[in-house]
Amino acid sequence: MKTIVIADYGIGNILSVVRAFEYHHANVKVTDSPSDIANACTLVLPGVGAFGDGMKGLRNKGLIEPILEHCLKGKPFLGICLGMQMMLDASEEFETNLGLGIIHGEVKIIPDTGINGTHHKIPHIGWNSLSPSETSNWNGTILDNIEHGAFVYFVHSFTAVPANTQNRLADCFYNGRIISAAIQNNNIYGCQFHPEKSGRVGLQIIKNFINLS
Amino acid sequence: MSLMNSMANIRIIARLDVKGPNLVKGVQLEGLRKLGDPNAFAKKYYEQGIDEIIYIDIVASLYERNSLVDIVKRATGDVFIPITVGGGIRSVDDVREILRAGADKVAINTAAIKNPALITEVSKKFGSQCMVLSIQAKQTGPGKWEVYYDNGREKTGLDVVEWAQKGVELGAGEILLTSVDREGTAKGFDTELIKAVSGSVTIPVIAGGGAGSPDDIVQAVKIGKADAVAVAHILHYNKYSMDNIRQAVVEAGINTRRIV
Repeated sequence: MKTIVIADYGIGNILSVVRAFEYHHANVKVTDSPSDIANACTLVLPGVGAFGDGMKGLRNKGLIEPILEHCLKGKPFLGICLGMQMMLDASEEFETNLGLGIIHGEVKIIPDTGINGTHHKIPHIGWNSLSPSETSNWNGTILDNIEHGAFVYFVHSFTAVPANTQNRLADCFYNGRIISAAIQNNNIYGCQFHPEKSGRVGLQIIKNFINLS
Repeated sequence: MSLMNSMANIRIIARLDVKGPNLVKGVQLEGLRKLGDPNAFAKKYYEQGIDEIIYIDIVASLYERNSLVDIVKRATGDVFIPITVGGGIRSVDDVREILRAGADKVAINTAAIKNPALITEVSKKFGSQCMVLSIQAKQTGPGKWEVYYDNGREKTGLDVVEWAQKGVELGAGEILLTSVDREGTAKGFDTELIKAVSGSVTIPVIAGGGAGSPDDIVQAVKIGKADAVAVAHILHYNKYSMDNIRQAVVEAGINTRRIV
């Protein structure tokens, strides 16, 4: 059985991510050791909170290098929520902060009005449905067998805007505003939603990710 | 269904009040009755398709302790939806401990009243998305509600709408708004209260206290403009199932999560 390595850099609720992988009988290793991460076959980068704090956490633990190397080698990688946002080049949260640059693009605040001008609440909290972006095909990805329109759980105020639309795997819509729900570059994935908090649909996505490795 | 027109989907949340190892339910936060293992209820509601779970330790702020860490740790093996924990959380260290145990958000009431700076500390440290300001509201006159704590026993002199707005300024990400007058009565939500708060803040409002039927939930959303509803009584006593509730909400034309 392959081991799923989960990067722990002192931010957020990691236990739920661990439990979701254990649900599928995966071996899980939670670690903040750069060498463990360098040796990982399959790596998960969870996280909630502020972008700057998250990057600082990775930097302080010396995890940026091994994560970049992992992705350069094309090994399976999953960034969740803040973990996905940090995959981009930069974020405008608070002040501009540089990200990992694994997928090109930026992280921007969700506008507090819909496309028709009506006000909506930020953060975007709750269940929303996944739809394929124009260029995406879910077969063989972490969204394999997931029904178009399936609901997953989001909680965020910022959204990734990949420079290359080919990297958009799934979108969702908040009052008409497009939100990047999942991104992909070969074996490298990011989910803005929390698969570990998205009921049966989320557990299936976790299973699909385990099966990539 | 039009994916292009997804408004915010209303969340239906089960509220589990916990005393020691037991799920309890009272009327107007008093007169508690033991109902059993809270995790058995949480698991059942999860399987029925509840959107979130809120655990509140209702004696923690009286006795200054919290029995929820173990309960939440166990729940994370069975319940794969968001979990909020409240009751007796007084410091950034308390928040860290409960998040490490598997909670996604904390609901803070008494400690936020006594030390409003805690709202800012928690939201800066862990993100505003995990800082839920819990407000117990008692009506004092037409269109006026006062903030209470310790299960509606202690008054503060604070106006509910003003306190909610202050909470947003300080960094709260959501408001859990409980009507002390309606709590446990199954007489329906205080829709005027919900409307007053929801209309004056920019963050989501979870309405609680008084749900007795699926139609009450519809009213909380349609009249009160609640972003989410917290229910206890109607689920704990098997008065309605999640299917009944979800169906009534959908039939009323309200957007909500569809279980595939």
